Amino acid sequence: MEITIPILILAIPLFMFLLLGLTGMKMSHPVAGILGTLGMGTVLVLSYITAFTYFFSGNPEFVAESGERLQAVIFNQTWLQFTDSLVIKLGFLLDPISAMMLVVIPTISFMVHLYSLGYMRDHHGVYEHGFQRFYAFLSLFSFSMLGLVVATNIFQMYIFWELVGASSYLLIGFYYKKPSAVSASKKAFIVTRFADLGFLIGILILSYYTGTFDFMSLTSAPVDGIANVYQVSELTAEGVKGIFTNSAAPIFMGASVMTWALVLIFMGGMGKSAMMPLHIWLPDAMEGPTPVSALIHAATMVVAGVYLVARLFPLYLMEEAALNIIVVVGALTAFYAAMVACTQIDIKRVLAFSTISQIAFMMVSLGVARPEFHHGVGYMAGMFHLFTHAMFKALLFLCAGALIHAIGSNDYTAMHGLRKYMPITHITFLIGCLAIAGIIPFAGFFSKDEILTACFGNSMLWYVWMSLVAGLTAFYMFRLYYLIFWWKEHKVHEGHHAPHDQPWTMTAPLVILAVISCVAGFVPFGTLVTWNGEPMFAYEGFFTNLAHLDWSVAAISLAVAIIAIVIATVMYKKENPLPAKMKNALPALWDWCYHRFYWDELYQFITHKIIFGCISRPIAWFDRHIIDGAMDGLAIVTNKASWAIRGLQSGRVQMYVWVYLAGALLLGAITAICLL
Amino acid sequence: MDYSQFLVMKQEIGLLAVFLLVFLFDTFMPQRGQGCVGRFCCVLFAIFTAFGFCPSLTADGFDSAFAGMYNSSAAVVNIKNILNIGALIVMIQALRWADQDMVRIRRGEFYELLLVTLFGMYLMISARHFLLFVIGLETASLPLAAMVAFEKHRYESREAAIKYILTAVFSSAVFLMGLSFVYGLAGSLYFDNIAVALWGEQFNALLAVALAFVIAGIGFKLSLVPFHLWTADVYQGAPTPVTSYLSVISKGSAAFAAMVILWQAFGAVYSQAWEWMLYALIIITITVGNLFAIRQRNIKRFLAFSSISQAGYIMLGVIAYNYMGMAALMYYVLVYIFSNLAAFGVVGAIENASGKVWIDDYKGLYKTNPRLAFTMMLAMFSLAGIPPFAGFFSKFFIFTSAINQGSVAIYVLVLIALINTIISLYYYLLVVKAMFISQDDCVIARFRSAGSERLALWICVAGIIFLGIVSCVYNHLLEIV
Repeated sequence: MEITIPILILAIPLFMFLLLGLTGMKMSHPVAGILGTLGMGTVLVLSYITAFTYFFSGNPEFVAESGERLQAVIFNQTWLQFTDSLVIKLGFLLDPISAMMLVVIPTISFMVHLYSLGYMRDHHGVYEHGFQRFYAFLSLFSFSMLGLVVATNIFQMYIFWELVGASSYLLIGFYYKKPSAVSASKKAFIVTRFADLGFLIGILILSYYTGTFDFMSLTSAPVDGIANVYQVSELTAEGVKGIFTNSAAPIFMGASVMTWALVLIFMGGMGKSAMMPLHIWLPDAMEGPTPVSALIHAATMVVAGVYLVARLFPLYLMEEAALNIIVVVGALTAFYAAMVACTQIDIKRVLAFSTISQIAFMMVSLGVARPEFHHGVGYMAGMFHLFTHAMFKALLFLCAGALIHAIGSNDYTAMHGLRKYMPITHITFLIGCLAIAGIIPFAGFFSKDEILTACFGNSMLWYVWMSLVAGLTAFYMFRLYYLIFWWKEHKVHEGHHAPHDQPWTMTAPLVILAVISCVAGFVPFGTLVTWNGEPMFAYEGFFTNLAHLDWSVAAISLAVAIIAIVIATVMYKKENPLPAKMKNALPALWDWCYHRFYWDELYQFITHKIIFGCISRPIAWFDRHIIDGAMDGLAIVTNKASWAIRGLQSGRVQMYVWVYLAGALLLGAITAICLL
Repeated sequence: MDYSQFLVMKQEIGLLAVFLLVFLFDTFMPQRGQGCVGRFCCVLFAIFTAFGFCPSLTADGFDSAFAGMYNSSAAVVNIKNILNIGALIVMIQALRWADQDMVRIRRGEFYELLLVTLFGMYLMISARHFLLFVIGLETASLPLAAMVAFEKHRYESREAAIKYILTAVFSSAVFLMGLSFVYGLAGSLYFDNIAVALWGEQFNALLAVALAFVIAGIGFKLSLVPFHLWTADVYQGAPTPVTSYLSVISKGSAAFAAMVILWQAFGAVYSQAWEWMLYALIIITITVGNLFAIRQRNIKRFLAFSSISQAGYIMLGVIAYNYMGMAALMYYVLVYIFSNLAAFGVVGAIENASGKVWIDDYKGLYKTNPRLAFTMMLAMFSLAGIPPFAGFFSKFFIFTSAINQGSVAIYVLVLIALINTIISLYYYLLVVKAMFISQDDCVIARFRSAGSERLALWICVAGIIFLGIVSCVYNHLLEIV
């Protein structure tokens, strides 16, 4: 494939970032916004072309004769050469999942760019302070995220991984005059950085033993007959496993070094994807502007952890223990976040916890995936859910943004009964809720059903557990829906200040994403994205997915979802005493859920009392007295020495010449004496 | 005689053509047109620089002329190209300075002298025979004295020139004496023949002294301690464009020439003699340069000492004694050109606009001239070796290449160099602190620097950032050598 388009996909957002960042303040607000949006639109078109070419062109570079989809390196440029073997490259890797992400990221990013043109101004049409900066950061984020997904090696991924973290930090703290936004951005940065420490150590362990950063050589599936022309070396996932079992220190604290490496790498993914116990930053990250939440904290950046595990999936397959850890972490997180989401009153928090829960679904799906069962359906399901979730969760967030923009508050107690005033938002939000609840034929139904099938194939426990969480999902989403759009309307909604639907720049993305949420479920993922590139089944027209459903699982999950919705309808469609009764019946449970199981308080305690008190203080003392003392000593010696030798520079040429001659003779003499 | 061997000297011939055209332009142009001699020279030289990158030049491979006295290879062409870039930036920077009242009438001469010294440096780099090397060395040295004295109405300029010429002559004498010893021992002045002749030679005191004198002669151009004492006075007194030329181009060529001489002529006695000499010289050069730099209050003197310690780092590439070292050295010189010329560009612009040359004068510069302050900060960061700027990678590669040599002594050497990097951070940051943090009542007033100065600074800033991000230029260099 030609390298122009891939390079442009990365170069345009970077250029836009530099342009808007450096000269944005000299542009008028609309010009900056429209430039950014047009840039992203171009990227959108180019990415679609690339993904389409990858999936459907039938180019032998991308599809083997047997129908297996191949990994293709479009370009791979050496960036930093430490030694002959240790090389960091920057490149562009096309394979099923990166091509899929090339659809997801620009789509959402473009919608958010467009949406923000309307969102980032007040009711009088005045643009917010820092509007250009906002678009510059959005471009930076898009660049980083695209760079992350097309990384050819784990180190390139790490670089862009940090870049998305940095741009997320900048965007959460966009309202930098608001103390809560500042502390939220710091929290997000510190927590994810802490997780990335594990990621980095994992990378170093992995590369130390394997001698490569390259994804292709780390993970390429065992080759049987199909020669992969782009395979850079013979190293495969089995080969990596062999390296670890043969190496001198294969066991460390009861687990093999490879397990350690993979778990540490997963820790980085836990941080970015807000898995328990590193989830605490995501709810606070909602302090950022809502379009940012839709783009970064719902659809793209937070799934980077899932993407990372999927990227290294063949390696994880070699270590049963690591996969089990992923399943346990994911299952616990999914349940926890769903419970908390049932009690929150800030609509963005509800959506944030819902996001955590849904990402945990994807993690579980990857964790339970085994090639033996249905050609590794879990992998496909996880990626499928990533795709559909990005669409409907972005939709829900953008709807929330429209509501917040109209009402001026995040609190749904200030909303109630909005269905008459904001019909478009109402319908699109409802579609989003149906999709996430898993009602046929909306997108979430298909992907969630595949995940449950995969769980079923792994163990009964995870199947029942995840079905329960799916029911909770439907419940809390419809609770939110009814509380916003039904119930008794507020008096303040009357008259001149009545809330209303937004300008077209905001409604168009809603409608488009709603349409995608309706039809995305029919995308035949099984033929496109699988763990080893071999299609799971053949494409048989629009209803392929329906034909390949496991209807026993599907019927049960559909029933669970409908029951949950019915319960939510009974409890929340009209104002009634039922919720209060339940709250009083189980006060402890409600309290714990409402306070998010006191995780933040636990962290406060651990960091402030234990870490600061027992570790940081002694280190600070050591730093102030010993390290600083040594440095001060060095500085004093340096100063003294430089004072002492100043006479050398007298300004007299005779002296200069003498020193020169003495130096040359001394040099010769000492060498002669030493060597003779 | 086979005239085709002149074709090997394509770059020298090109440079000579540029020189002659500038000379003719300067001599025969009527008074009215004299004003644009500088710009004429810059344009011609820019074309010549671009011509240096022609693949036909670099692909030539290994070629020699004049019975092996002159030699050209891809690496040699490459280092000349790097020097050309630096010289071009200096020429552009000098445009405004050359327009001043006292200099204007002689400005053509400035460019002619500069081209002549560059020609001398070309010969130094390409020489494979000491005779040609000495000719190049003198061609490069003597016109420099005239350039240092270019503002002869200023006392400091005259003083600097006198100091420079006296020490340079002395240094040449020592160098030639060393050469005569070498000739006595080896019976030839060809680098290759010397290597062969010294191969079986028992190491003796005469050889040690000869080597010490040769290294002293080159060390003078590189301003290695203790052969550096002229540096500060001359850098301070000379006009700023001349100082910047001295500090980067002259140094870069000398470093490359030193590497060629030590590898090719004395490679055979490598492990015994000059390795230890260089260890000692590098350690004292970096350390003493740093110690003096801390005390300086005059920005040009400060940069003089900083350039002394930078020369020590450059020599690490020589001591690496491998191809990585060669590539690292070229990369270092390239980065050093951009960083140091950015610093001197800012210094020159401020001097031209306000006449201020003290670090204390820079206090609060950020408030009045944020772009200049920012450029200076980039230059300081790059010189100090802070990532992601180019200076970090150049230090990184040169340390790596040295470490690869693998002996314990080199680990100690690199460790000392690293500690000195920390010390250097202190004084580079002093300048940044003065510009950004310190407050002062009489800050330099806001001014708009000339277009030529801005162009040169833009090139330097682009180089610092670009070479930092795309450090794979180093790999390209590695492939060439």
